[in-house]
Amino acid sequence: MKTGKAAFWLGAILAALWWSGPARAQVEIEYWQYTFAQRVQAIDELIKRFEAANPGIKVKHTHVPYDDFRVKIAAAIPAGQGPDVVQLFYGWLQDYLKAGLLQPLPAAAFPASEVEKEFFPIVQQMKVDGKYYALPTAVRSLALFWNKALFKEAGLDPEKPPATLDELVEYAKKLTKRSPNGDLLQAGLTIDMGGQDHHWLREVLIRQYGGAPYSADKKTVTYNTDAGVAATQWYIDLAAKNKVGQIGFLTDGVTAFRSGKAAMTIDGSFRLGALDGQKGLDYGVAELPAHKGIKANFASYWVNGITTKAIGAKQDAAVKFLKFITTPEAMELWMTTVGELPARKSVAEKDANKNHAKYGPFIRGLSYAYATDFVNESAQRKVLIDMVDKVALKNVPTKEAVAQAAAEEQNLLDAFYKK
Amino acid sequence: MIGRSQDLTIAQKRAIWAWAFLSMPVVFYVTIRFYPAAQAFGASFTNWNIVGRMEFIGLANYSRLLQDPAFWKVIGNTFAYLGLGVPISMLASFVIAYFLDRVRFGHGLLRALYFIPHLTTAVAMAWVWRWFYQPAPVGAFNVWLVGLGFPQVAFLRSTTHALPAVLAPAIWAGIGFQIVIFLAGLKAIPRTYYEAATIDGAGAWRVLFEITLPLLRPTIVFLVVTSSIAYLRIFDYVYAMTNGQGGPLDSTKPLVLKIFETAFAHFEMGYAATQTVVLFAILLVISRMQIRLLRSR
Amino acid sequence: MIGIRKTAPGHIAAWTLLLLGGIVMVMPFVFMLAASFKYNNEIYELSLLPHEPTLDNYRRLFERSGFLRWFGNSLLIGTLTTASVLFFDSLVGYTLAKFRFRGRYLVFVAILSTLMIPTEMLVLPWYSMARTFGWLDTYWGVAFPGLMTGFGTFLMKQFFEGVPDDLLDAGRLDGLNEFQVWWQVAMPLVAPALSALAIFTFLGNWTAFLWPLIVITDRNLYTLPVGLASFSGEFQTEWEMVMTGASVATIPTILVFLLLQRYIIRGIAMAGLKA
Repeated sequence: MKTGKAAFWLGAILAALWWSGPARAQVEIEYWQYTFAQRVQAIDELIKRFEAANPGIKVKHTHVPYDDFRVKIAAAIPAGQGPDVVQLFYGWLQDYLKAGLLQPLPAAAFPASEVEKEFFPIVQQMKVDGKYYALPTAVRSLALFWNKALFKEAGLDPEKPPATLDELVEYAKKLTKRSPNGDLLQAGLTIDMGGQDHHWLREVLIRQYGGAPYSADKKTVTYNTDAGVAATQWYIDLAAKNKVGQIGFLTDGVTAFRSGKAAMTIDGSFRLGALDGQKGLDYGVAELPAHKGIKANFASYWVNGITTKAIGAKQDAAVKFLKFITTPEAMELWMTTVGELPARKSVAEKDANKNHAKYGPFIRGLSYAYATDFVNESAQRKVLIDMVDKVALKNVPTKEAVAQAAAEEQNLLDAFYKK
Repeated sequence: MIGRSQDLTIAQKRAIWAWAFLSMPVVFYVTIRFYPAAQAFGASFTNWNIVGRMEFIGLANYSRLLQDPAFWKVIGNTFAYLGLGVPISMLASFVIAYFLDRVRFGHGLLRALYFIPHLTTAVAMAWVWRWFYQPAPVGAFNVWLVGLGFPQVAFLRSTTHALPAVLAPAIWAGIGFQIVIFLAGLKAIPRTYYEAATIDGAGAWRVLFEITLPLLRPTIVFLVVTSSIAYLRIFDYVYAMTNGQGGPLDSTKPLVLKIFETAFAHFEMGYAATQTVVLFAILLVISRMQIRLLRSR
Repeated sequence: MIGIRKTAPGHIAAWTLLLLGGIVMVMPFVFMLAASFKYNNEIYELSLLPHEPTLDNYRRLFERSGFLRWFGNSLLIGTLTTASVLFFDSLVGYTLAKFRFRGRYLVFVAILSTLMIPTEMLVLPWYSMARTFGWLDTYWGVAFPGLMTGFGTFLMKQFFEGVPDDLLDAGRLDGLNEFQVWWQVAMPLVAPALSALAIFTFLGNWTAFLWPLIVITDRNLYTLPVGLASFSGEFQTEWEMVMTGASVATIPTILVFLLLQRYIIRGIAMAGLKA
């Protein structure tokens, strides 16, 4: 590069920097999410496209290790730092609202009628007091994963997974291997309340046994019923009576399935990336087993919201950015890059996607999925983990354990809604 | 004072030097430790939950804490970690240091072997230990037990065994530190004492109890106090070995984990501050008791 | 060393037991190292030798953006903090051990009590402080809470108590001022304690996680533990990478220890840890 030209560019760059300093024509907003390689990649690409289409706006992309994503936010926001647009798990919405971290999305840019028409129904939980506070780019649901090689070995058709809960148990029994003195060598099904099983119990099994986990207004726990106890008992019997698995086998369900020592597992679409990267694992995905003709699924999603920190020009920029990352095109990009399902029905239900070998079962599951309205996701998850542990480790009768769990969760809900 | 410096006694001049040396450190400790701690103490009387609105609620947090059965379980666990961790680790590290001290050949290598666990990260080591604790045929410990004719033990999947099971890697990782300090203390004992004992014909046990241990008193005091504080504050290994749960059924949960959960999962900063005040009080009382008990007469 | 002749068999038995014990102590570490050389389909068996050894994990570790930078950051911050701690903790420890003045016990107890304040509660006030002074995303921001410690002060005080006053007085008679007496006479006598403190301070810094995570947002400034945490996701952990990262992270600490360990133990006799 000739000196003259270099000097010109240097001068131009310095001028541009000086010019953009006092933020006259340029607005800079910050976007925070947790560190997940594919999502980081997707956002970087979306930011590139967004900035090209919106020359006056710059988006600073920050990502934080997952374990401490919330710690970081908890530290930043009260100090006036942090993001203008922030990623959060849908189950944290209540926490964030209580802490005053999010502002409602302007109805002009995100009309409620449009959201309700375009997005999957589960997204309606992001509406509080008539206003939407956050929107997802992608959603996830649950499905049954099975190990084709282990199926073949057990004499089962590797392309035919179980379709009902009864078949699930039947197949699992054939797929369970034990040593002569009873040690579990291979589990038919993973049993891990700390993983996705608590969602499976809550929104799927309880419904399939004729009950419902919560009341319509979300404020009352309704699984302390015969249906709830029956569903819980069925789950506990997997290990206790049918002996198709063991809590804590190979430390957790994901590890057991990945290592090829568990033949089936209930898990979410987010698991696809890891399983594809697992050397030597040949697996299939199927819709969750039905029971008595009832199909249900649990969907979860990460959403993006606008923080209370974004005001004036930053707010406008944040609104534009949020709109951009929830367009159908953004969702298509997201699906191919991250492997998560589009939050807009029109995109998800395209034939190519609905019949996809891996995404298909998840997408089809979305049409009958429910997303729990958590007030405190970690505490509510713990209630179910403890419930199962009480029966397994302390021999508490199932009926009592369920009653105690329902009471504990009800306390959590009451404490929240009272404020 | 200025013109009369020649009238200051040596003691007074020394005192001025002392305070000069202490000036920067005092400022540091006040601004970096005491002031924030005072802020936290103040927060314990509020219902602060991250953003702004901090309302004074008096002792409500404290009464809530005292009435929470989970809190008492956690206190019990914390003292269990102390009551098991300190004696076991002190005894083990002393025995190892005592014999290691007498070894010449390969001393450096052996010392390094015992210290390496102290250099590892809890996350990685916890994962390895979790595999050791698995039932047979995966878990080494159970495989040995069965091989020796004993029944298998559910280490982590048991409300009674889980706490010691989680404590074990923490002791394993912490011992290296105690061994090194003991070695230093043992080396510091002048040979003349031992030579005199030989002349007197004293046996190894007498030497140990009448010479070695008394002369190791400052070392022992230091290690008991610092180890106690460490075990009362245990966190890393519990978090890593129980997926952050402190389970099963809260049987392994120490106070620091409860604080972490309250502050960073429930965002209840005021309530978390209350728990840290309690932790601080416990640490203060225990350390003072120990220093007094172990102080030379 | 003690002058009591040990019977040969007794000596050998003790030595063998120590060796066995040492090997047992080191086993988990060895498994971790072994896992770092395995593909992810093998790490679920705790075997010492991989069927299919690979350097792939190490390659991924070094190629993943920032690993070397994180390593360098941790090294820089660790060294600076250790130097500060060695200086100030010794100065304060010495003052508390060798000077008589009003308020001495109070200062000691106050500093000791800082050991009991858990970091978890201090991080939010520290964050506000860092933000006010513009220390966020800087090396200073990571380092400032750890520049002096109650632990080191306690340790150095104990060791300084063993330094004979006559030597200090001799220095004063030679015309040295108090600072010089400390620096030139007392400090060399506690060199082994300083080595011990150096190791423990460096180690504590090397593995510190919570505070660096909070104060730094710029990935280029991550310290090693924070960077390695990015292998853990919302639902999955790439264990083979955690093992590899942890293995590499242990190398400097082992080196530091090997370098300084002889020095600590051998020379302490000179300082004399008296009752």
